Amino acid sequence: MSDEHEHHDHTKHYMKIYWILMVLFIISCLGPEIGVKWLTLITAFGIAVVKAYLVAAHFMHLNIEKKYVNYLLLTAVAFMFLFYAGTAPDVMKHSGRQWENVAAQEEVKRALAEAEEGGDHGHH
Amino acid sequence: MQRPIATTRSATGIPTGRLAVWWVIASEIVIFGGLLASYLMHRLGHPEFGNYAAYTNTYIGAFNTFVLLTSSLSAVLAHNAAEAKDGVKAAKYLLGTCFGGLVFACVKAYEWNYEISQGFTLTTNAFWSFYYTAAGLHACHVIGGCIIMLILYPDVKKGKELQRVELIGNYWHFVDIVWIFLFPLLYIAK
Repeated sequence: MSDEHEHHDHTKHYMKIYWILMVLFIISCLGPEIGVKWLTLITAFGIAVVKAYLVAAHFMHLNIEKKYVNYLLLTAVAFMFLFYAGTAPDVMKHSGRQWENVAAQEEVKRALAEAEEGGDHGHH
Repeated sequence: MQRPIATTRSATGIPTGRLAVWWVIASEIVIFGGLLASYLMHRLGHPEFGNYAAYTNTYIGAFNTFVLLTSSLSAVLAHNAAEAKDGVKAAKYLLGTCFGGLVFACVKAYEWNYEISQGFTLTTNAFWSFYYTAAGLHACHVIGGCIIMLILYPDVKKGKELQRVELIGNYWHFVDIVWIFLFPLLYIAK
């Protein structure tokens, strides 16, 4: 933004964002300690999204950057979701109507049985 | 010496150097995004990953998150000082950011050393393979950022090429954002 605007000292604003990030960070660490799954999802991952937004908008100044830069970055994020949507069904499911991922099924069975026996923590 | 064209040209409404960094970040989103998306689908498809993740140290991950968030503050304060044409102050904050990166890398080295000594290596299983790949690629970016800041430091201190402070700052904030997502994925979801 150097050449476009007269300079103002934004130190107070950046400090405010930093302290908000710190509070969110503490919540994201304490939330999962309660041990409730949905609360963990919100406190760990929901807050991660908010923290990322705050850094991107206020520290990277995307809130005052040219709009097309936001579109450029969002397109890259959209590609990530496209990749996920295209490949996740094959990885997350281990069987379908006419197929079966035997290796994955056996690995899950083996690893869970090993964990139940207090096994070697994942070593093969 | 002639100034590079990216320093002065602004064909798209923003300085070309800054546009270049946005492109770098866009491509990095695809790189880290692909890696994190792959990890996430495996994590959801393999319940045993939760047992393996129980061996990562949440306190170390949390400490490193604190370090990176603080170094991001230092990076944006460096940018703020550069906007005010205060090269000395900007250089001081750049060093502060670099110090944060150094602390992060040292803590990571200690953490990995412990984990490897416990027998958790890149080839132990898919979880540890993802863990070392994602955290390792991220650590490479931290080290790379520190090197760039050290290269910029002498010129910035003299008040030269101050626009570069914003460019390295944007890169650094992106590295921070990647860690913001890596932390819950690798250390909290057990």
